[in-house]
Amino acid sequence: MKLESKIPAGPLAEKWARQKFGLKLVNPANKRKYDIIVVGTGLAGASAAASLAELGYNVKAFCFQDSPRRAHSIAAQGGINAAKNYQNDGDSVFRLFYDTIKGGDYRAREGNVYRLAEVSVNIIDQCVAQGVPFAREYGGLLANRSFGGAQVSRTFYARGQTGQQLLLGAYSALSRQVANGKVKLYTRTEMLDLVVEGGKARGIVTRNLITGKIESHAGHAVLLCTGGYGNVFYLSTNAMGSNVTAAWRAHKKGALFANPCFTQIHPTCIPVSGHYQSKLTLMSESLRNDGRVWVPKKQEDSLRIREGKIKPTDLPEDARDYFLERRYPSFGNLVPRDVASRNAKYVCDEGRGVAKTGLAVYLDFADAIKRDGRKTIEAKYGNLFEMYEKITGENPYELPMMIYPAVHYTMGGLWVDYNLMTTIPGCYALGEANFSDHGANRLGASALMQGLADGYFVIPYTVGDYLATIGPADKIAVDSPVFKEAEKKVHDTVQQLLSIKGDRPVDDFHRDLGHIMWEYCGMSRNAEGLKIAKQKIQQLKKDFWTNVKVLGDSEEINQALEQASRVADFIELGELMVDDALNREESCGGHFREEHQTEDGEALRDDENFTYVAAWEYQGENQPELLNKEVLEFENVKLTQRSYK
Amino acid sequence: MKITLKVWRQKNNNTPGKLVEYQLDNVSEDMSFLEMFDVLNDSLTRKGEEPVAFDHDCREGICGMCSMYINGRAHGPQTGATTCQLHMRSFSDGDTIVVEPWRARAFPVIKDLMVDRAAFDRVIQAGGYVSVNTGSARDANEILIPRTIADEAMDAAACIGCGACVAACKNASAMLFVSAKVSQLAILPQGKAEHVERAERMVAQMDAEGFGACSFTGACSVECPKSISLDHIARLNREYLGAKLTSDNVQ
Repeated sequence: MKLESKIPAGPLAEKWARQKFGLKLVNPANKRKYDIIVVGTGLAGASAAASLAELGYNVKAFCFQDSPRRAHSIAAQGGINAAKNYQNDGDSVFRLFYDTIKGGDYRAREGNVYRLAEVSVNIIDQCVAQGVPFAREYGGLLANRSFGGAQVSRTFYARGQTGQQLLLGAYSALSRQVANGKVKLYTRTEMLDLVVEGGKARGIVTRNLITGKIESHAGHAVLLCTGGYGNVFYLSTNAMGSNVTAAWRAHKKGALFANPCFTQIHPTCIPVSGHYQSKLTLMSESLRNDGRVWVPKKQEDSLRIREGKIKPTDLPEDARDYFLERRYPSFGNLVPRDVASRNAKYVCDEGRGVAKTGLAVYLDFADAIKRDGRKTIEAKYGNLFEMYEKITGENPYELPMMIYPAVHYTMGGLWVDYNLMTTIPGCYALGEANFSDHGANRLGASALMQGLADGYFVIPYTVGDYLATIGPADKIAVDSPVFKEAEKKVHDTVQQLLSIKGDRPVDDFHRDLGHIMWEYCGMSRNAEGLKIAKQKIQQLKKDFWTNVKVLGDSEEINQALEQASRVADFIELGELMVDDALNREESCGGHFREEHQTEDGEALRDDENFTYVAAWEYQGENQPELLNKEVLEFENVKLTQRSYK
Repeated sequence: MKITLKVWRQKNNNTPGKLVEYQLDNVSEDMSFLEMFDVLNDSLTRKGEEPVAFDHDCREGICGMCSMYINGRAHGPQTGATTCQLHMRSFSDGDTIVVEPWRARAFPVIKDLMVDRAAFDRVIQAGGYVSVNTGSARDANEILIPRTIADEAMDAAACIGCGACVAACKNASAMLFVSAKVSQLAILPQGKAEHVERAERMVAQMDAEGFGACSFTGACSVECPKSISLDHIARLNREYLGAKLTSDNVQ
């Protein structure tokens, strides 16, 4: 398949303006003749649904939660970047663009990333107008902070709940359109298939999670704003319900899936405490500004700590290894997420980890408390320390915190062109569900920015071009055979899951899949391990379809059934991630192949052979997927090696 | 730890429910309350009994989805925390724990511990927004908002819409929820233009949904996982009274 990014020619700074001018417009009186389906109501989905309804389109918005306000964007803590340069510290659209491209280890498109930086300033204006209570200075101006190692202060925030406030802003705009009758809301409704006919997306098939009813919804365009797939690892910082199902079913209908192996592991999460663990909780990255990361130098000491014979505070300075400060003298504890995570894994692999499981490292505030006083530390991190104590039962003012990396975000996703359209005409992917802006690694405070950029400021322009091209009459009724066929298939799959009546609950399989992915396709990967993973996943898939145990029936609430259908898709995606990781014979960003590292153990890119987007094409059940390449061209930045020494 | 659970089981809204007793022998104090329910459901499934349905999603206290009434308290014994943030170390070996869904006419039970909170969405749709279309905003720094005002608005905006306030109230009133949104937008300059209509419309919708009256006993604020203050109810009352005196009296 030939992949056309559709990025217009011309200077970087003019591309988006040129594109907007080149896109066709829909006559205002005609907009009401178009129906648009939006799946997911997080930042991307809610902002898109509201903005399109404001323009006059008829929107149907779907979410599996009981309210659009629950989407997982709500859990984002840190902030949102924007190139406002309110602080006069040298920020600009170009600098935000440059930082994002470089942070992504040169595996994202220049054109997309520049547009993201460009519209970032409008996002802040929009959110403030909605009443989002961003942090302010005493004089009433907006406050900023530097985040995730950025050299400028460009991050806007609302305490530690920025995602919540931005989502509630978008949710309020969405609610206003529901009241206006321009958006019809379907809560507790899950998309289970994309309907494609005549080479175009025609609608979706959903299951009502309360009644179990399988229904079709027709539209002129379908927008998938369904988030990332971090839960393929079972344990992640994602919400329990976050899943890949909508994106995966679209993939099986012809939407290419790009760079699935690009996942982000966040270094500062609360460690796993036992087998029953259901999710991992992120501790804000800002803790690394004052905390020092260490493990015992000697394995024996780690063992004594793990057995509870000594406390970490009993260990003298010279018996501790502040490994980040040792290896990266200039960045120290503030190295990027991927570097910090990988190093924590290494010391734990060496048997020097702490906690009962041996899978944790210390984040110690003793020096900071000595230096600045407890009051200062309390003022900065009080709520985080409290949260830590609530979860672990330990007081971080007295004992060092324990942290371990956890899966946090997925950069890969459905392949989209500059207009956010997937390889299925009429089917779009927005926010974390697409692959487009973060390359191989996402910078802090950029996820919220991308979700809202796509929904508020990109899709309202680009979707019109497609709609104007096809015309309002180009729509298929829900009682046509293609919808009935899709409904039947969904129905059959649901019944199949219920009829297996095996021995093992769904979570068992999900947990097994998570172990495989984390072990072989997690923080660092190698060819041998990936091949083992592939075999294990194939075996797991067979076991799942012969031995999963789902009780109850399909005509009522059945949470195990919902989960089974999601886990089935995660298993298939897991295999593709492994294929992608195996194919990418280089290390870049969050993707670290052990065979490809510098002499001192840093990620080694292969720009000559891998400066491309790997977009995978579904070939049918149990068939290997076909690799398509979109070569990335860099005209404005020079590819360099990241160095944090 | 050994724990005895008495859990509300109800097949659906049309079938009467009852408390069912379960015994759990191997509960770790490091488990979260919902992880204990995962363990229960796992064992029920293996035995061939249908697992307990309950709402949950983020499991870090922000999405507002989890909603259990534990030993007679919304979200359980801890203050300032949601059910998902509650850990078993808050209980003792041998404890009996009674778990029910939110009880309110406006929140009908869907199944077991799940209730329908769509009424909250409809209250927000009645006016919980600033009418500004995408693209028509002016520069963010043109609106000066002193830090104290921004902080106060943020205190109100922290509401997660879980419904604990309704569950805790003897009248099942939604005043704390409604007031948090009205107050946030009444404090901020962006919300001023519509503040009269907003208070009226949101209160009218709240009443239409069947939430009870507020007698200002304060249970809502005590049980609120985000500790939303009663001050906001006072502000809502002021807003509402002002609206009734000056507006077209929306029904």
